[in-house]
Amino acid sequence: MEILAALGDIFGAERLIPIKSVQIAGVSFKNIGEAGLEWISEMEGNVAVKSVLNPAGMDLLRWREMGISEEFASRQLAVVEAYRKLGISTDCTCTPYQIHPDMARRGDHLAWSESSAVAYANSVIGARTNREGGPSALAAALVGKTPYYGYHLDENRAPTLGVRVECDLAGSDYGALGHIVGKVVGGGVPLFRLPGRPTQEELKALGAAMAASGSVALFYVEGLISPPADSGENEERMTIEMDEIRDVYRMHSGEGSELVALGCPHCSVPELEAIAGQLRGREVEKELWICTARAIAKSRPDLVESIERSGAKVICDTCMVVSPASERYRKIMVNSGKALNYIPGLCGVMAGFGSTEECLRAATGRD
Amino acid sequence: MKVKIACRRVSGGRAKGPALVSREPISFLGCVDPESGRIVDPDHPLFGRSLAGAVLIFPGGRGSTVGSYVIYQLKRRGAAPAAMINIKTEPIVAVGAIISDIPLVDCVSEEILEIKDGVEVEVDSDLGHVITAD
Repeated sequence: MEILAALGDIFGAERLIPIKSVQIAGVSFKNIGEAGLEWISEMEGNVAVKSVLNPAGMDLLRWREMGISEEFASRQLAVVEAYRKLGISTDCTCTPYQIHPDMARRGDHLAWSESSAVAYANSVIGARTNREGGPSALAAALVGKTPYYGYHLDENRAPTLGVRVECDLAGSDYGALGHIVGKVVGGGVPLFRLPGRPTQEELKALGAAMAASGSVALFYVEGLISPPADSGENEERMTIEMDEIRDVYRMHSGEGSELVALGCPHCSVPELEAIAGQLRGREVEKELWICTARAIAKSRPDLVESIERSGAKVICDTCMVVSPASERYRKIMVNSGKALNYIPGLCGVMAGFGSTEECLRAATGRD
Repeated sequence: MKVKIACRRVSGGRAKGPALVSREPISFLGCVDPESGRIVDPDHPLFGRSLAGAVLIFPGGRGSTVGSYVIYQLKRRGAAPAAMINIKTEPIVAVGAIISDIPLVDCVSEEILEIKDGVEVEVDSDLGHVITAD
Protein backbone atom coordinates (compact mmCIF):
# COMPACT_ATOMS: atom_id res chain seq x y z
CA MET A 1 0.00 0.00 0.00
CA GLU A 2 2.83 2.36 0.87
CA ILE A 3 4.35 1.69 -2.56
CA LEU A 4 1.11 2.67 -4.32
CA ALA A 5 0.61 5.78 -2.18
CA ALA A 6 4.20 6.91 -2.82
CA LEU A 7 3.87 6.37 -6.56
CA GLY A 8 0.60 8.24 -6.52
CA ASP A 9 2.30 11.16 -4.75
CA ILE A 10 5.26 11.20 -7.14
CA PHE A 11 2.98 11.38 -10.16
CA GLY A 12 0.39 13.64 -8.59
CA ALA A 13 -2.40 11.05 -8.64
CA GLU A 14 -5.53 12.21 -6.82
CA ARG A 15 -6.47 8.73 -5.72
CA LEU A 16 -6.19 5.01 -6.30
CA ILE A 17 -8.61 3.31 -8.69
CA PRO A 18 -9.80 -0.31 -8.78
CA ILE A 19 -8.25 -2.50 -11.45
CA LYS A 20 -9.45 -5.54 -13.37
CA SER A 21 -6.20 -7.50 -13.51
CA VAL A 22 -2.45 -7.46 -12.99
CA GLN A 23 0.43 -8.80 -15.02
CA ILE A 24 3.66 -9.00 -13.07
CA ALA A 25 7.17 -8.66 -14.49
CA GLY A 26 10.22 -9.63 -12.50
CA VAL A 27 9.91 -13.40 -12.88
CA SER A 28 13.05 -14.55 -14.67
CA PHE A 29 15.68 -15.30 -12.04
CA LYS A 30 18.22 -14.07 -14.58
CA ASN A 31 16.78 -10.57 -14.18
CA ILE A 32 15.69 -10.31 -10.53
CA GLY A 33 18.43 -12.39 -8.88
CA GLU A 34 18.63 -13.37 -5.21
CA ALA A 35 17.40 -9.95 -4.06
CA GLY A 36 14.16 -10.18 -5.99
CA LEU A 37 13.57 -13.74 -4.84
CA GLU A 38 14.12 -12.73 -1.21
CA TRP A 39 11.67 -9.85 -1.42
CA ILE A 40 8.91 -11.81 -3.14
CA SER A 41 9.35 -14.72 -0.73
CA GLU A 42 8.73 -12.42 2.22
CA MET A 43 5.47 -11.03 0.88
CA GLU A 44 2.34 -12.30 2.55
CA GLY A 45 -1.31 -12.22 1.64
CA ASN A 46 -3.42 -12.98 -1.37
CA VAL A 47 -3.95 -11.11 -4.59
CA ALA A 48 -7.22 -9.17 -4.83
CA VAL A 49 -7.63 -9.47 -8.62
CA LYS A 50 -6.70 -11.91 -11.37
CA SER A 51 -2.90 -11.78 -11.66
CA VAL A 52 -0.51 -13.58 -13.98
CA LEU A 53 3.26 -13.71 -14.42
CA ASN A 54 5.63 -12.60 -17.13
CA PRO A 55 7.90 -15.26 -18.71
CA ALA A 56 10.38 -17.06 -16.47
CA GLY A 57 14.00 -17.85 -17.31
CA MET A 58 13.24 -21.39 -18.48
CA ASP A 59 10.55 -23.85 -19.51
CA LEU A 60 9.33 -24.81 -16.04
CA LEU A 61 9.09 -28.48 -17.04
CA ARG A 62 11.65 -29.05 -19.82
CA TRP A 63 14.47 -26.85 -18.51
CA ARG A 64 17.03 -29.66 -18.72
CA GLU A 65 16.53 -29.87 -22.49
CA MET A 66 17.32 -26.16 -22.66
CA GLY A 67 20.67 -26.72 -20.98
CA ILE A 68 19.66 -24.86 -17.80
CA SER A 69 21.74 -25.65 -14.69
CA GLU A 70 20.23 -27.35 -11.63
CA GLU A 71 21.19 -24.33 -9.55
CA PHE A 72 19.40 -21.82 -11.78
CA ALA A 73 16.38 -24.10 -12.08
CA SER A 74 15.97 -24.43 -8.32
CA ARG A 75 16.10 -20.64 -7.86
CA GLN A 76 13.69 -20.09 -10.76
CA LEU A 77 11.20 -22.63 -9.41
CA ALA A 78 11.45 -20.92 -6.01
CA VAL A 79 10.52 -17.58 -7.61
CA VAL A 80 7.45 -19.05 -9.30
CA GLU A 81 6.45 -20.85 -6.09
CA ALA A 82 6.73 -17.61 -4.09
CA TYR A 83 4.35 -15.91 -6.51
CA ARG A 84 1.98 -18.91 -6.51
CA LYS A 85 1.68 -18.68 -2.72
CA LEU A 86 0.27 -15.19 -3.14
CA GLY A 87 -2.52 -16.57 -5.33
CA ILE A 88 -0.93 -15.53 -8.62
CA SER A 89 -1.55 -17.68 -11.68
CA THR A 90 1.72 -19.23 -12.81
CA ASP A 91 0.97 -18.86 -16.50
CA CYS A 92 4.31 -17.30 -17.35
CA THR A 93 3.57 -15.33 -20.49
CA CYS A 94 4.03 -11.94 -22.09
CA THR A 95 0.68 -12.38 -23.90
CA PRO A 96 -1.89 -12.98 -21.14
CA TYR A 97 -4.57 -11.51 -23.41
CA GLN A 98 -4.16 -14.53 -25.71
CA ILE A 99 -5.17 -16.96 -22.98
CA HIS A 100 -7.35 -14.91 -20.60
CA PRO A 101 -9.48 -12.51 -22.69
CA ASP A 102 -11.41 -11.62 -19.52
CA MET A 103 -8.36 -9.99 -17.96
CA ALA A 104 -8.71 -6.93 -20.15
CA ARG A 105 -11.70 -5.55 -21.99
CA ARG A 106 -12.18 -2.15 -23.53
CA GLY A 107 -12.22 0.59 -20.89
CA ASP A 108 -10.85 -1.61 -18.06
CA HIS A 109 -8.14 -0.19 -15.82
CA LEU A 110 -5.19 -2.56 -15.37
CA ALA A 111 -1.75 -2.70 -13.77
CA TRP A 112 0.39 -4.60 -16.26
CA SER A 113 4.17 -4.60 -16.44
CA GLU A 114 5.37 -6.38 -19.56
CA SER A 115 5.93 -3.60 -22.05
CA SER A 116 4.52 -5.39 -25.12
CA ALA A 117 1.41 -6.47 -23.21
CA VAL A 118 0.96 -2.90 -21.99
CA ALA A 119 1.13 -1.62 -25.57
CA TYR A 120 -1.36 -4.27 -26.72
CA ALA A 121 -3.79 -3.69 -23.83
CA ASN A 122 -3.82 0.09 -24.33
CA SER A 123 -3.80 0.13 -28.11
CA VAL A 124 -5.55 -2.98 -29.43
CA ILE A 125 -7.90 -3.88 -26.58
CA GLY A 126 -8.60 -0.28 -25.54
CA ALA A 127 -7.94 -0.91 -21.83
CA ARG A 128 -5.85 1.49 -19.71
CA THR A 129 -2.57 0.74 -18.00
CA ASN A 130 0.75 2.36 -17.22
CA ARG A 131 4.00 0.44 -17.60
CA GLU A 132 4.38 -0.94 -14.08
CA GLY A 133 7.60 -2.14 -12.52
CA GLY A 134 7.65 -5.58 -10.89
CA PRO A 135 7.17 -4.40 -7.26
CA SER A 136 4.48 -1.83 -8.09
CA ALA A 137 2.54 -4.45 -10.10
CA LEU A 138 2.76 -6.90 -7.22
CA ALA A 139 1.61 -4.21 -4.80
CA ALA A 140 -1.31 -3.41 -7.11
CA ALA A 141 -2.21 -7.11 -7.24
CA LEU A 142 -2.36 -7.38 -3.46
CA VAL A 143 -4.39 -4.19 -3.05
CA GLY A 144 -6.51 -4.46 -6.23
CA LYS A 145 -5.88 -0.80 -7.05
CA THR A 146 -3.41 1.44 -8.82
CA PRO A 147 -2.66 5.18 -8.69
CA TYR A 148 -4.84 7.15 -11.09
CA TYR A 149 -2.35 8.92 -13.37
CA GLY A 150 -0.59 8.60 -16.73
CA TYR A 151 -2.33 6.41 -19.31
CA HIS A 152 -5.39 5.97 -17.07
CA LEU A 153 -6.32 9.57 -17.93
CA ASP A 154 -7.70 10.78 -21.29
CA GLU A 155 -5.43 13.81 -21.22
CA ASN A 156 -2.34 11.61 -21.57
CA ARG A 157 -3.75 9.43 -24.36
CA ALA A 158 -3.61 11.91 -27.24
CA PRO A 159 -1.40 11.04 -30.23
CA THR A 160 1.91 12.93 -30.42
CA LEU A 161 3.22 11.80 -33.82
CA GLY A 162 1.42 10.95 -37.06
CA VAL A 163 3.05 8.11 -39.02
CA ARG A 164 2.01 7.54 -42.62
CA VAL A 165 3.08 4.19 -44.04
CA GLU A 166 3.25 4.22 -47.83
CA CYS A 167 3.85 0.52 -48.50
CA ASP A 168 1.99 -2.73 -47.91
CA LEU A 169 3.33 -4.59 -44.92
CA ALA A 170 2.97 -8.18 -43.73
CA GLY A 171 4.11 -10.24 -40.74
CA SER A 172 7.56 -9.31 -39.44
CA ASP A 173 7.48 -6.05 -41.45
CA TYR A 174 5.42 -4.72 -38.55
CA GLY A 175 8.28 -5.53 -36.19
CA ALA A 176 10.63 -3.63 -38.50
CA LEU A 177 8.20 -0.70 -38.60
CA GLY A 178 8.00 -0.64 -34.81
CA HIS A 179 11.78 -0.83 -34.56
CA ILE A 180 12.07 2.33 -36.67
CA VAL A 181 9.19 4.32 -35.18
CA GLY A 182 10.00 3.51 -31.53
CA LYS A 183 13.40 5.16 -31.88
CA VAL A 184 11.80 8.34 -33.19
CA VAL A 185 8.76 8.59 -30.95
CA GLY A 186 10.49 7.52 -27.68
CA GLY A 187 7.83 7.64 -24.98
CA GLY A 188 5.25 9.36 -27.19
CA VAL A 189 2.02 8.12 -28.73
CA PRO A 190 2.17 7.38 -32.49
CA LEU A 191 -0.90 7.36 -34.73
CA PHE A 192 -0.48 5.15 -37.81
CA ARG A 193 -2.13 5.55 -41.18
CA LEU A 194 -1.65 2.19 -42.89
CA PRO A 195 -2.67 1.09 -46.38
CA GLY A 196 -4.00 -2.26 -45.12
CA ARG A 197 -5.58 -3.62 -41.97
CA PRO A 198 -3.08 -5.46 -39.76
CA THR A 199 -3.94 -8.72 -37.99
CA GLN A 200 -3.91 -9.05 -34.18
CA GLU A 201 -0.52 -10.74 -34.45
CA GLU A 202 0.88 -7.91 -36.55
CA LEU A 203 -0.37 -5.32 -34.05
CA LYS A 204 1.22 -7.35 -31.27
CA ALA A 205 4.56 -7.30 -33.13
CA LEU A 206 4.31 -3.58 -33.88
CA GLY A 207 3.63 -2.58 -30.26
CA ALA A 208 6.27 -4.93 -28.87
CA ALA A 209 8.96 -3.48 -31.15
CA MET A 210 8.07 0.12 -30.30
CA ALA A 211 8.03 -0.64 -26.58
CA ALA A 212 11.57 -1.99 -26.96
CA SER A 213 13.25 0.52 -29.28
CA GLY A 214 11.30 3.34 -27.60
CA SER A 215 9.13 3.20 -24.50
CA VAL A 216 5.78 3.28 -26.29
CA ALA A 217 2.86 2.22 -24.09
CA LEU A 218 0.06 3.37 -26.42
CA PHE A 219 -0.36 3.70 -30.17
CA TYR A 220 -3.25 4.16 -32.56
CA VAL A 221 -3.99 2.68 -35.96
CA GLU A 222 -6.50 4.61 -38.01
CA GLY A 223 -9.66 2.54 -38.35
CA LEU A 224 -9.21 0.75 -35.01
CA ILE A 225 -9.60 2.48 -31.64
CA SER A 226 -9.99 6.26 -31.86
CA PRO A 227 -8.01 8.72 -29.73
CA PRO A 228 -9.94 10.72 -27.08
CA ALA A 229 -12.32 13.16 -28.76
CA ASP A 230 -10.55 16.38 -27.75
CA SER A 231 -7.02 15.27 -28.74
CA GLY A 232 -6.88 17.73 -31.64
CA GLU A 233 -4.63 17.45 -34.68
CA ASN A 234 -1.10 16.39 -33.96
CA GLU A 235 1.46 18.46 -35.79
CA GLU A 236 4.45 16.21 -36.10
CA ARG A 237 4.43 13.71 -38.94
CA MET A 238 6.72 11.13 -40.43
CA THR A 239 6.43 8.92 -43.49
CA ILE A 240 7.75 5.37 -43.80
CA GLU A 241 8.62 3.83 -47.15
CA MET A 242 9.50 0.28 -48.12
CA ASP A 243 13.22 1.08 -48.38
CA GLU A 244 13.38 1.86 -44.67
CA ILE A 245 11.64 -1.42 -43.80
CA ARG A 246 14.05 -3.33 -46.06
CA ASP A 247 17.00 -1.60 -44.38
CA VAL A 248 16.08 -3.18 -41.04
CA TYR A 249 16.41 -6.64 -42.62
CA ARG A 250 19.56 -5.67 -44.52
CA MET A 251 21.29 -4.27 -41.46
CA HIS A 252 20.54 -7.38 -39.39
CA SER A 253 21.30 -10.32 -41.64
CA GLY A 254 20.52 -13.73 -40.19
CA GLU A 255 23.64 -15.24 -41.71
CA GLY A 256 25.72 -17.27 -39.28
CA SER A 257 22.91 -17.70 -36.74
CA GLU A 258 23.25 -20.75 -34.51
CA LEU A 259 19.77 -20.54 -33.02
CA VAL A 260 16.53 -19.53 -34.70
CA ALA A 261 13.88 -18.42 -32.19
CA LEU A 262 10.28 -17.40 -32.90
CA GLY A 263 7.63 -16.36 -30.41
CA CYS A 264 8.56 -12.90 -29.10
CA PRO A 265 5.94 -12.00 -27.96
CA HIS A 266 4.64 -15.54 -27.32
CA CYS A 267 3.04 -17.25 -30.34
CA SER A 268 -0.74 -17.31 -30.66
CA VAL A 269 -2.62 -20.32 -32.02
CA PRO A 270 -2.78 -18.85 -35.57
CA GLU A 271 1.00 -18.29 -35.47
CA LEU A 272 1.59 -21.90 -34.34
CA GLU A 273 -0.68 -23.07 -37.16
CA ALA A 274 1.32 -21.11 -39.72
CA ILE A 275 4.63 -22.39 -38.39
CA ALA A 276 3.40 -25.99 -38.29
CA GLY A 277 2.20 -25.63 -41.87
CA GLN A 278 5.54 -24.30 -43.09
CA LEU A 279 7.54 -26.96 -41.22
CA ARG A 280 5.51 -29.86 -42.58
CA GLY A 281 7.81 -32.43 -44.18
CA ARG A 282 10.94 -30.50 -43.22
CA GLU A 283 13.69 -31.22 -40.72
CA VAL A 284 15.70 -28.68 -38.78
CA GLU A 285 19.46 -28.45 -39.18
CA LYS A 286 19.84 -25.80 -36.51
CA GLU A 287 18.35 -25.36 -33.09
CA LEU A 288 14.84 -23.93 -33.58
CA TRP A 289 12.74 -22.66 -30.66
CA ILE A 290 9.07 -21.77 -30.90
CA CYS A 291 8.15 -19.88 -27.73
CA THR A 292 4.59 -19.74 -26.44
CA ALA A 293 2.43 -19.80 -23.32
CA ARG A 294 1.87 -23.24 -21.80
CA ALA A 295 -1.90 -22.80 -22.02
CA ILE A 296 -1.64 -22.17 -25.78
CA ALA A 297 0.55 -25.23 -26.30
CA LYS A 298 -1.79 -27.35 -24.16
CA SER A 299 -4.80 -26.21 -26.14
CA ARG A 300 -3.30 -27.51 -29.40
CA PRO A 301 -1.19 -30.64 -28.77
CA ASP A 302 -1.61 -31.52 -32.47
CA LEU A 303 0.28 -28.37 -33.50
CA VAL A 304 3.01 -28.94 -30.91
CA GLU A 305 3.48 -32.49 -32.15
CA SER A 306 3.51 -31.39 -35.76
CA ILE A 307 6.12 -28.68 -35.08
CA GLU A 308 8.32 -30.94 -32.96
CA ARG A 309 8.31 -33.66 -35.65
CA SER A 310 10.68 -31.37 -37.55
CA GLY A 311 13.11 -31.39 -34.65
CA ALA A 312 12.08 -27.91 -33.47
CA LYS A 313 11.31 -27.37 -29.77
CA VAL A 314 8.08 -25.78 -28.58
CA ILE A 315 9.25 -23.96 -25.47
CA CYS A 316 6.77 -22.71 -22.88
CA ASP A 317 6.90 -20.24 -19.96
CA THR A 318 9.99 -18.45 -21.27
CA CYS A 319 11.64 -16.95 -24.35
CA MET A 320 14.96 -16.21 -26.02
CA VAL A 321 15.22 -12.80 -24.36
CA VAL A 322 14.78 -13.71 -20.69
CA SER A 323 16.33 -17.20 -20.60
CA PRO A 324 20.04 -17.62 -19.86
CA ALA A 325 19.91 -20.58 -22.28
CA SER A 326 20.27 -18.05 -25.14
CA GLU A 327 23.66 -16.92 -23.91
CA ARG A 328 25.57 -19.94 -25.18
CA TYR A 329 24.92 -19.02 -28.82
CA ARG A 330 26.89 -16.48 -30.81
CA LYS A 331 24.01 -15.33 -32.97
CA ILE A 332 20.25 -15.74 -32.84
CA MET A 333 17.87 -15.18 -35.76
CA VAL A 334 14.43 -13.80 -34.92
CA ASN A 335 11.32 -12.46 -36.65
CA SER A 336 10.64 -10.00 -33.82
CA GLY A 337 11.55 -6.32 -33.62
CA LYS A 338 11.49 -6.57 -29.84
CA ALA A 339 13.89 -9.54 -29.64
CA LEU A 340 16.13 -7.86 -32.22
CA ASN A 341 16.44 -4.91 -29.88
CA TYR A 342 16.98 -6.77 -26.59
CA ILE A 343 19.09 -9.83 -27.46
CA PRO A 344 22.42 -7.98 -27.92
CA GLY A 345 22.15 -6.08 -24.61
CA LEU A 346 20.43 -8.59 -22.36
CA CYS A 347 22.03 -11.79 -23.68
CA GLY A 348 25.32 -10.50 -25.07
CA VAL A 349 24.49 -12.30 -28.33
CA MET A 350 24.25 -10.95 -31.91
CA ALA A 351 20.78 -10.88 -33.46
CA GLY A 352 19.65 -11.38 -37.06
CA PHE A 353 16.22 -10.42 -38.37
CA GLY A 354 14.04 -12.08 -41.01
CA SER A 355 10.45 -12.96 -41.83
CA THR A 356 8.95 -16.10 -40.26
CA GLU A 357 9.52 -17.87 -43.55
CA GLU A 358 13.16 -16.76 -43.80
CA CYS A 359 13.72 -17.85 -40.20
CA LEU A 360 12.27 -21.29 -40.87
CA ARG A 361 14.30 -21.58 -44.06
CA ALA A 362 17.46 -20.71 -42.12
CA ALA A 363 16.62 -23.35 -39.52
CA THR A 364 15.85 -26.11 -42.00
CA GLY A 365 18.57 -25.21 -44.49
CA ARG A 366 16.10 -25.41 -47.38
CA ASP A 367 15.59 -22.68 -49.92
CA MET B 1 25.86 26.30 12.09
CA LYS B 2 23.11 23.90 11.22
CA VAL B 3 20.90 24.37 8.18
CA LYS B 4 17.42 22.88 7.92
CA ILE B 5 16.10 22.18 4.42
CA ALA B 6 12.46 21.34 3.76
CA CYS B 7 11.71 18.27 1.62
CA ARG B 8 8.99 15.77 0.75
CA ARG B 9 8.70 12.39 2.41
CA VAL B 10 8.73 9.45 0.01
CA SER B 11 9.87 6.61 2.28
CA GLY B 12 9.56 7.19 6.01
CA GLY B 13 12.14 7.11 8.79
CA ARG B 14 15.09 9.03 10.19
CA ALA B 15 18.79 8.44 9.67
CA LYS B 16 22.11 10.26 9.50
CA GLY B 17 25.48 9.66 7.96
CA PRO B 18 28.23 11.19 5.86
CA ALA B 19 27.07 12.73 2.59
CA LEU B 20 27.93 10.99 -0.68
CA VAL B 21 26.97 13.17 -3.60
CA SER B 22 26.45 12.20 -7.24
CA ARG B 23 25.55 14.81 -9.81
CA GLU B 24 24.65 11.97 -12.20
CA PRO B 25 21.53 9.80 -11.87
CA ILE B 26 22.18 6.25 -10.64
CA SER B 27 20.99 3.07 -12.35
CA PHE B 28 21.12 0.60 -9.48
CA LEU B 29 20.96 -2.40 -11.84
CA GLY B 30 24.37 -2.58 -13.43
CA CYS B 31 25.91 0.46 -11.73
CA VAL B 32 26.03 -0.83 -8.13
CA ASP B 33 27.38 -4.15 -6.86
CA PRO B 34 24.47 -5.53 -4.81
CA GLU B 35 26.80 -7.46 -2.48
CA SER B 36 29.32 -4.76 -1.54
CA GLY B 37 27.45 -1.53 -2.26
CA ARG B 38 30.29 -0.24 -4.43
CA ILE B 39 29.71 1.70 -7.64
CA VAL B 40 31.11 -0.64 -10.29
CA ASP B 41 30.26 1.31 -13.44
CA PRO B 42 33.60 2.81 -14.55
CA ASP B 43 31.75 5.60 -16.36
CA HIS B 44 30.03 6.78 -13.18
CA PRO B 45 31.64 9.71 -11.28
CA LEU B 46 31.39 7.72 -8.02
CA PHE B 47 33.17 4.68 -9.50
CA GLY B 48 34.80 2.65 -6.71
CA ARG B 49 32.99 4.43 -3.85
CA SER B 50 30.78 2.53 -1.41
CA LEU B 51 27.20 3.57 -0.70
CA ALA B 52 27.13 1.69 2.61
CA GLY B 53 26.01 3.85 5.53
CA ALA B 54 26.12 7.08 3.51
CA VAL B 55 23.41 9.64 3.01
CA LEU B 56 23.30 9.28 -0.75
CA ILE B 57 22.39 12.51 -2.53
CA PHE B 58 21.66 12.23 -6.27
CA PRO B 59 19.21 13.65 -8.81
CA GLY B 60 17.19 10.41 -9.18
CA GLY B 61 17.28 6.89 -10.54
CA ARG B 62 17.21 5.63 -14.08
CA GLY B 63 17.27 2.31 -16.00
CA SER B 64 15.62 -1.00 -15.21
CA THR B 65 12.90 -1.39 -12.58
CA VAL B 66 14.93 -4.37 -11.31
CA GLY B 67 17.00 -1.62 -9.64
CA SER B 68 14.40 -1.61 -6.83
CA TYR B 69 15.43 -5.16 -5.94
CA VAL B 70 19.10 -4.19 -5.98
CA ILE B 71 18.41 -1.56 -3.30
CA TYR B 72 16.62 -4.24 -1.29
CA GLN B 73 19.57 -6.62 -1.66
CA LEU B 74 21.98 -3.88 -0.51
CA LYS B 75 19.90 -3.45 2.63
CA ARG B 76 19.92 -7.18 3.30
CA ARG B 77 23.70 -7.30 2.92
CA GLY B 78 24.24 -4.29 5.19
CA ALA B 79 25.61 -2.34 2.22
CA ALA B 80 22.75 0.10 1.68
CA PRO B 81 22.85 3.87 2.13
CA ALA B 82 21.55 5.06 5.53
CA ALA B 83 19.19 7.44 3.72
CA MET B 84 18.70 8.89 0.24
CA ILE B 85 17.93 12.39 -1.02
CA ASN B 86 16.73 12.98 -4.60
CA ILE B 87 16.04 16.19 -6.47
CA LYS B 88 13.06 14.45 -8.06
CA THR B 89 12.58 10.81 -7.33
CA GLU B 90 11.09 8.21 -9.70
CA PRO B 91 9.50 4.77 -9.20
CA ILE B 92 12.67 2.66 -9.21
CA VAL B 93 14.35 4.40 -6.28
CA ALA B 94 11.05 5.17 -4.51
CA VAL B 95 9.90 1.54 -4.55
CA GLY B 96 13.41 0.32 -3.67
CA ALA B 97 13.56 2.60 -0.64
CA ILE B 98 10.08 1.65 0.57
CA ILE B 99 10.57 -2.10 0.34
CA SER B 100 13.97 -1.73 2.05
CA ASP B 101 12.92 0.65 4.86
CA ILE B 102 15.41 3.29 3.82
CA PRO B 103 14.37 6.91 4.45
CA LEU B 104 14.00 8.75 1.12
CA VAL B 105 13.05 12.37 0.54
CA ASP B 106 12.87 14.53 -2.56
CA CYS B 107 11.69 17.92 -3.81
CA VAL B 108 14.80 19.72 -2.58
CA SER B 109 16.59 22.39 -4.61
CA GLU B 110 19.61 21.44 -6.71
CA GLU B 111 21.82 23.28 -4.22
CA ILE B 112 21.75 20.08 -2.19
CA LEU B 113 24.23 18.69 -4.74
CA GLU B 114 26.74 21.30 -3.46
CA ILE B 115 27.09 19.53 -0.12
CA LYS B 116 30.65 18.21 0.31
CA ASP B 117 31.21 14.47 0.53
CA GLY B 118 31.66 13.33 4.12
CA VAL B 119 29.70 16.18 5.74
CA GLU B 120 27.23 14.78 8.24
CA VAL B 121 23.64 14.96 7.03
CA GLU B 122 20.53 14.01 8.93
CA VAL B 123 17.37 13.05 7.06
CA ASP B 124 14.06 13.08 8.90
CA SER B 125 11.58 11.92 6.33
CA ASP B 126 8.61 11.91 8.69
CA LEU B 127 9.12 15.55 9.66
CA GLY B 128 10.01 16.42 6.05
CA HIS B 129 13.41 17.99 6.58
CA VAL B 130 17.13 17.49 6.06
CA ILE B 131 19.61 18.95 8.55
CA THR B 132 23.21 19.60 7.59
CA ALA B 133 26.14 21.71 8.71
CA ASP B 134 26.44 24.97 6.79
